[in-house]
Amino acid sequence: MFSRKAIIRLSTLFAILSWASLVFTDLSIVYSSTSSVDSSVGEEVPAILLSLFTISIFLYYKYKIEKAESINFVDLLWKVFVTGLLTTIVSLCFRLLLNLLGNTKLSENLIFLDFLYLINLGLVCAFLISTFVVWKRLILYQKSKFLLTVWKVFEYALLISLVYSMFKGTAFDWFHDYYIAILVIMGVFLSANTKWVAFLNFKQKWKGILLIALAMFYLGYFSFTLTGFAVDISVGTNAFQDFRESVFFISLMIFIFVYALFSLLVILFNLPTSSVFEQKLEEVVNFQRLSQSIQTEQSEDRVYDILLESSLSTVLADAAWVEVIENGEKAVFHTHNIEEDEILRIKQHFKDNSIKGILDRGSDRTKNLGKYLSTLKGIHYRSMMTFPIHVKGKQEATLALLKDVSDGFNKENAKIIDSFANQAGISIENFRLLTEALQNERYKEELKIAKRVQSSLLPKNLDQNEEFTLAAFSEAADEVGGDYYDALTIDENKTAIIISDVSGKGTSAAFHMSQMKGVFHSLAQLDLDPKTFLVKANVALSKCLDKTSFITTSYFVINTSKKTVDFARAGHCPTLYYNASSKSWQFFQNKGLGLGILRNSGFENYIQLNTFSYNPGDIIILYTDGITEAKNAKGVEYGYEQLQVAVEKAAKKSAEEIQKELINNLYDFTGSSIIDDDYTTLVIKFK
Amino acid sequence: MVDVKRIQENNYDLITIVGEVDASSSIELDTALSEALASGHKSFLVDCTSLEYISSAGLGVFMSYIEDIKKNNVKLVLYGLNEKVANVFEILGLDQLLSIKKDKEEAKLEL
Repeated sequence: MFSRKAIIRLSTLFAILSWASLVFTDLSIVYSSTSSVDSSVGEEVPAILLSLFTISIFLYYKYKIEKAESINFVDLLWKVFVTGLLTTIVSLCFRLLLNLLGNTKLSENLIFLDFLYLINLGLVCAFLISTFVVWKRLILYQKSKFLLTVWKVFEYALLISLVYSMFKGTAFDWFHDYYIAILVIMGVFLSANTKWVAFLNFKQKWKGILLIALAMFYLGYFSFTLTGFAVDISVGTNAFQDFRESVFFISLMIFIFVYALFSLLVILFNLPTSSVFEQKLEEVVNFQRLSQSIQTEQSEDRVYDILLESSLSTVLADAAWVEVIENGEKAVFHTHNIEEDEILRIKQHFKDNSIKGILDRGSDRTKNLGKYLSTLKGIHYRSMMTFPIHVKGKQEATLALLKDVSDGFNKENAKIIDSFANQAGISIENFRLLTEALQNERYKEELKIAKRVQSSLLPKNLDQNEEFTLAAFSEAADEVGGDYYDALTIDENKTAIIISDVSGKGTSAAFHMSQMKGVFHSLAQLDLDPKTFLVKANVALSKCLDKTSFITTSYFVINTSKKTVDFARAGHCPTLYYNASSKSWQFFQNKGLGLGILRNSGFENYIQLNTFSYNPGDIIILYTDGITEAKNAKGVEYGYEQLQVAVEKAAKKSAEEIQKELINNLYDFTGSSIIDDDYTTLVIKFK
Repeated sequence: MVDVKRIQENNYDLITIVGEVDASSSIELDTALSEALASGHKSFLVDCTSLEYISSAGLGVFMSYIEDIKKNNVKLVLYGLNEKVANVFEILGLDQLLSIKKDKEEAKLEL
């Protein structure tokens, strides 16, 4: 409803107003009681005003301190100290004034005394409430539901005591005492919650002790001063706001004192162990640094450096080194406080005395290396621990820690450093995986580019002719493939058609495929007969194919004026031919040899030139072995028969439809869109 | 997934190929063949009875030694090819360059 600032301002205003009215009414009551003049103000009014004042102060500090975010413990205690200091100084000023007045009449005037008393009461009230709010934050630092409930009950009980004090006339004395007792018991119970102390470091603990001791001093000073005034005033009259009768003030003071005492003792007893706690905390932080180093750091060296720093600070070693072993080459050292030649001397010393251990990549890490150091002259280190750093099960580095004193490391030290070394190994492994993943990502991108380039090598539109139509399909198993087909119009009567399959698959096949394209486009335009074409192609390719690669090819020249087809086969799958007039299908079983198999001489002896005449309706099906060797889930090959059956059904249809039916039939057969070898087919149908 | 073994028998080396030779396993076949030829022996029988499948990459391995074999006067005879594998050799035309026999007895006669 109201903003935090508004509430703070409003509560300040209310506090000032209620305190001013309190002073006015209480003074008038005291005056009337001493001068037997009837006061126009009821006796209960000052009590109500005091309660209002207290509540306003409470609200003020609640929003000032309790709601403030991220205040550390020392800051909280500092606030208590500052409030206490200010209130004490103000109070001391008035005390000084009183002392200056000496034994004058004014100093014995009841009303004047009451005025001073009320000022002190207001100050102590502010101090008590502010401390109360701080205590609340400290107690509820690690809260449970139960603790929260007890605290609420305690707070409400205090509030009720405030309300109760407004009607003090109706109270019974025994109730008054019991109420205080209950509040004090609750206060003591709550005071047991001092977990925040554990989170202070050594320096903060000392500050805490000082601040709490001062707060206790203020409390003592105020109770002394107030009691003094109250005693003085009560000689004259009883009609003033005596804090000694207030359940609220008494219980609050006791609570604040008890909690201060508890905290003081707890801090005091925790002082000697605080360094252990700090060390543990540092271990955790170092561990986290190591595991995070992979995300933020750019190199493995940085991981080793962090390992070195973390280990040093965790076990308080005097010197340390990390030796990175790089494939039997000269080792790289990351050092702290030790020279490289000193390291080499220590290593040599161990070697000379044939001491087995981590340093020579042995497996025994329990050995106390320190005792061997004493026999080495010129080295002042007396304790030593070494740890291997394994990456993927292989020791890649060694961490050595040294101390000037003997037996300087304990088991806990060894354990924590061991886990550091493991974490460093994991970080480095992750680092490498990440690098690899990035590299792979780049390769993938490169392959995508290769795929784009290669797909542009296959013709988008085949040269069509009045005598026949062409339809082709090609799909690579990997990003890039080794299948090739093309058609070239040589002159008005002749068209050259080629289908090729490079051995193997993937990138190397794709390179050879592009060479095949070059060969085809160079030689085909020379109007060679198919045999001569293959012989020349073999010569050209023999110079560029790698040792184990070859290319199978079928080459056709369709002569539309003679209505004949010349063809030759270089180790390629037998062509399927449909004779429309006899309605017969046939695989051409002519002789042939793959390109690049015989590179020196004699290739022409293995190539046969064939010729046949075509009629309208005839079909030539060209394909690569990826199609006939495609397997279904049971491991059965697609095969020649299935191929023939598939195209037979579509024999009456257009070239494009035949091609589509063949491919659909093939995919139906394999039952999967993932292919193992490149699929390519080219259908020629004569009109 | 191929296993290639070479043992010496009488006056020749017997190379046994078991399994499938595809693009990745062809490297193993290549290593075995190159070791065999480097041994200096001149007579080899290649038992293909258990060769279930050979891809073009596998054929490439055989192909790459054809000229070496001729040049060094080495006798290398394959036998026991199943129908499918034999067909693959034939289509490519390797049957014209390599000596391929039906069984071991026939193959021995070639040496």
